[in-house]
Amino acid sequence: MSTNEDLAERESVRRAWALSAPALIVLTLAAVGPLLIVVIYSFLSPGQYGGIEWKFSLDGWLGVLFERDIFENTLSLADGNLTIFWRSVKLSFITTVLTFLVGFPTAWFIATRSPRSRALWLFLITIPFWTNLLIRTFAINQIIRNEGILNTVLLNLGVISTPIQLTYTDTALLIGMVYVYLPLMVLPLFATIDRFDMRLLEAGYDLYAGRLQVMRRVILPIIRPGIIAGSILVFIPCLGAYVTPRILGGGKNMMIGNFIELQFGQGKNWPLGSALSVTLLVVVTIALLVYVRTISGERKNG
Amino acid sequence: MTSDVAVEARNAVKAFGQGDTAVRALDDVSIQIRKGEFFTLLGPSGCGKTTLLRLIAGFETPTSGQILLDGVDITNEPPNKRPVNTVFQSYALFPHLTVAQNIAFGLEMLGRPRAEITSTVERMLALVKLEAMAGRKTSQLSGGQQQRVALARALAPQPKVLLLDEPLSALDYKLRKEMQLELKRLQTETGITFIFVTHDQEEALTMSDRIAVMSAGNIQQIGGPREIYTNPVNRFVASFIGETNFLSGQAGAAGVRLDSGDVIEVEGAAAGVGKVTVVIRPEQVRLAEAGEAGTVPATVESLVYFGTDTHCHLRLKDGTEMVARLQSPASGEAGLQQGQTVGLRFAPGAARVLED
Repeated sequence: MSTNEDLAERESVRRAWALSAPALIVLTLAAVGPLLIVVIYSFLSPGQYGGIEWKFSLDGWLGVLFERDIFENTLSLADGNLTIFWRSVKLSFITTVLTFLVGFPTAWFIATRSPRSRALWLFLITIPFWTNLLIRTFAINQIIRNEGILNTVLLNLGVISTPIQLTYTDTALLIGMVYVYLPLMVLPLFATIDRFDMRLLEAGYDLYAGRLQVMRRVILPIIRPGIIAGSILVFIPCLGAYVTPRILGGGKNMMIGNFIELQFGQGKNWPLGSALSVTLLVVVTIALLVYVRTISGERKNG
Repeated sequence: MTSDVAVEARNAVKAFGQGDTAVRALDDVSIQIRKGEFFTLLGPSGCGKTTLLRLIAGFETPTSGQILLDGVDITNEPPNKRPVNTVFQSYALFPHLTVAQNIAFGLEMLGRPRAEITSTVERMLALVKLEAMAGRKTSQLSGGQQQRVALARALAPQPKVLLLDEPLSALDYKLRKEMQLELKRLQTETGITFIFVTHDQEEALTMSDRIAVMSAGNIQQIGGPREIYTNPVNRFVASFIGETNFLSGQAGAAGVRLDSGDVIEVEGAAAGVGKVTVVIRPEQVRLAEAGEAGTVPATVESLVYFGTDTHCHLRLKDGTEMVARLQSPASGEAGLQQGQTVGLRFAPGAARVLED
């Protein structure tokens, strides 16, 4: 290689670093830094009034899965923690499925409108983002509580004779989470459906596929990237959801987010909170890898 | 009871829109397409040819009228219940499937056994000469190859009728020529009825057994390529198929007296019809010495060299413009000069009369 080319290459490498430096610095400080602190904290001892003591301890990590009997000093599996983990995963999964079931027809509807009304529909989808999540969640609570709009209307219509008890149930939580995360499913789905060549539907029908077969064999495989993106965007924040389960689930129906917060607040057990946070991160990463791997594997065999 | 009619449209009307603004894309069209023939629907865009094709495929339902397949009314059958396949203008290949999977799609939907599907796909790949591409994604293929996949995919389920919606329009000239021959070969080999939609008259003439020329939602003429070219029934057909000279005049006992005052003999010009239009193809115009007996005098306006032939633009005494297509001599020079006066002679039987 000539010296000129050498110089040019070195120059372009230098420019690439210079251009990405701001992002790298922000990412390092804002993402890697706190994460590192959380990891370090998880290996320390809890301070008496919150905070940590700089003394190495594995108790935080043990606390993720086990609980120590104070009197006998024996370890037993912490059923409570596992229940909360399982609940979180289950509710997040159901929310993801529900947002897809509601979001797919919505996204299809928007993508098949004329370009002008399409902009309006997309605009409407994004409107909820203008209002604070906390306020929107309280609003949902107002709608579904015993004296709320939903029950009042149903009672007056004579559909039900006693109010449906929704507040502080998993159903309430699901309603709230589906509502909050729906746009995150609709938008990526819309983006892929928008690029979908509608003439493929005719090709499918022409080649003897019925409506269900066209859906299963043509539409779903082609918009798969949108489904993957939407599911990830919904599932991950769901798993770490804090505000929605706090307000709609009451104090007792906790999800991991609330459980972690509890450790940093009332529980005064920062190392356990940190260990739980790292666990959540690892679980999400593994779940993602498995999910993406399975989906793209299916694609190869399909 | 069994006739040789594969597809029939009876008084098919298709209107788009409602009330006063409704547009009749197809205005009371009746047509019979025979089994095993290469039938072409030819016309300019918006003439209703694609609408008729979509009615046969089942993508549109006629506003009134019927569509019959093998004598059975299929007007209200959905496309997936019709033993008819389409080659789309855009090909509409499934991007998530390989070439082989695309071809297998229809057979799979019909629930054919695995072994049959595999062997049919192999046969189809061989038919369109794409054996080496079986495992490729369709996006990795060239336009001509995609075209072949679309053909193989539509032929694989062995439809009673194959519909082709301007399938060659996206290909370049040379490839289009190749595919024309290929299509004709496939049609002869498979014996399937082909209904081909195009706006390209040359394509229609070279491939078809019969052609229906359409305009404004109506069929203007149905006939073989020769019949349509040499004996157009009206001005639209004459002008749409190939280049044509239109000369207006009065029919009389001696022949047709053109507006330029010259009298020419025209076959089939019944005496006393009155005002008529004489149609003559440019290649049927012969040039002779000026003033020779029985010729029509004209002035050479310009000469355009086209390789195989030279177009000679002429002007008659009254200013009527004409074109003569002369075979280029070996030297490339037609031996004519601009402004030169020549005599025109029309090949016997070449001139036709259209009633106005």
